[in-house]
Amino acid sequence: MESLSNRKKVLEQKPMTFMERLYLPSIFKGLAITFRHMFKKKETVYYPEQQRPISENWRGLHSLKRDEQGRERCTACGLCALACPAEAITMTAAERQKGEEHLYREEKYAAVYEINMLRCIFCGLCEEACPKEAIYLDGPILSADYMRKDFIFGKDKLVEEPLKS
Amino acid sequence: MELAFIIEKFALVTVIFLISLGVAAYSTLAERKIAAFLQGRVGPHRAGPHGMFQPLADGGKMFFKEEIIPSESNPILFIMGPSLALLTACIGSAVIPWGQSMVIGDTVVDLQVADINVGILYIFGVVSLGVYGIMIGGWASNNKFSLMGAIRAASQNISYEIAMGLSIIALLMVTGTLSLKEIAEQQHGFWHNGWFTWNVFNQPLGFLLFIICAFAECNRTPFDLPESENELVAGYHTEYSGFKLGAFLFAEYINMFVSSAVMATLYWGGYNYPGMDLVNEALGSTWAPLVGVAVLFAKIFLFIFFFMWIRWTIPRFRYDQLMHLGWKVLIPIGIANIVLTGVWMTLKDILF
Repeated sequence: MESLSNRKKVLEQKPMTFMERLYLPSIFKGLAITFRHMFKKKETVYYPEQQRPISENWRGLHSLKRDEQGRERCTACGLCALACPAEAITMTAAERQKGEEHLYREEKYAAVYEINMLRCIFCGLCEEACPKEAIYLDGPILSADYMRKDFIFGKDKLVEEPLKS
Repeated sequence: MELAFIIEKFALVTVIFLISLGVAAYSTLAERKIAAFLQGRVGPHRAGPHGMFQPLADGGKMFFKEEIIPSESNPILFIMGPSLALLTACIGSAVIPWGQSMVIGDTVVDLQVADINVGILYIFGVVSLGVYGIMIGGWASNNKFSLMGAIRAASQNISYEIAMGLSIIALLMVTGTLSLKEIAEQQHGFWHNGWFTWNVFNQPLGFLLFIICAFAECNRTPFDLPESENELVAGYHTEYSGFKLGAFLFAEYINMFVSSAVMATLYWGGYNYPGMDLVNEALGSTWAPLVGVAVLFAKIFLFIFFFMWIRWTIPRFRYDQLMHLGWKVLIPIGIANIVLTGVWMTLKDILF
């Protein structure tokens, strides 16, 4: 039957010639190829010292942002926790007291904000859900650790450094 | 036997032993480096400058790993396997002439542990003992994969020893002696009476056979079927861990070193190099032999490099191909080589 695409090629397997059956010429050819590879540019990236540039839409560890006056943007609305498909985010809200206006932007803030990095799948849905532009996945890669409890990141690890005055 | 003789030999044995262990240790680093270079990587480079201390780190790791002896195995044989492999690998270097005789003061020091007149037979005996370590280790593990690996190793070594012996017979017809020291001396210099003195130029086919068989005897790729990891997990050392595994791996590298030395001595002129007479006159008979030793080691390292180069270039044979190559190709070529050599020698006697 004729093939539809008409691109079928019937390959004929010819018996090998004597030189081919010796195998040695092709072995030397292979040796020459590998020898040439010795002097080629090395592809190795010396990882911790030298890092490859990461993509613009790379999603790494989360950071809780501050506004231009150095106040925490997060208002503990819980939309990120709701959006999170892995249920990695938990938080406890608290009311802003008098005299804390320089710390928190809104009247409500997150007293406890925890992300379980072992649950997190770095999908970025929390980033999209946040109405206050408070959470971004712009950090580095998650580093290894020994204890499960050390993977639950609290505010101490998540909130950005305060502005330098 | 006088005391000085014993001390001299003892020192020589110690030095050779330490050198072969050191070379074997650094062969592991060289293997990883060469593998990396051939694949466009840089290889181990964290432990010390350019990874110079990597063998020490590997050795330390091997020592501190748990030594598992399977409960269903035979513990005595299980321990004997790697010990025997390491032992037979180490004693092969005893008959290799490392250099010309050195004259220190008025004593003459042979740079060879034992100049026995059946040196090549000794090497063959030791090489065929080498498979016992693998065989015992694999069998004592009481594991089907180990047993398969051990059986493969045994049948492969026996098959290739025949071809190796045949290639050596043709060489012996040329040299007329079994003593490695005399064979090395016959290859003095590089050019004599209008032809090369090195045996490889008299026996190119024999050398080709010998190097193929040496690859098979050392269980190196493309003949590493005894430990082919994608078929037999790790072959004969599946059940081994810790230092006993290290001993098996180490034995392979010492075997490589010794077989490189044998190849260099038998075919590539041993410690001889072009223009050695001039060097001998210039440096005197105390220091000139050391140049020869350096040359021999350069040749050995080239062969070790070749072993590794082959390993990272050629894929493994299938087992039937291995047997086909051993019995149907190499042995007939070996016999043909003997006949050719005999015909050529007779013709040379008649014509010239």
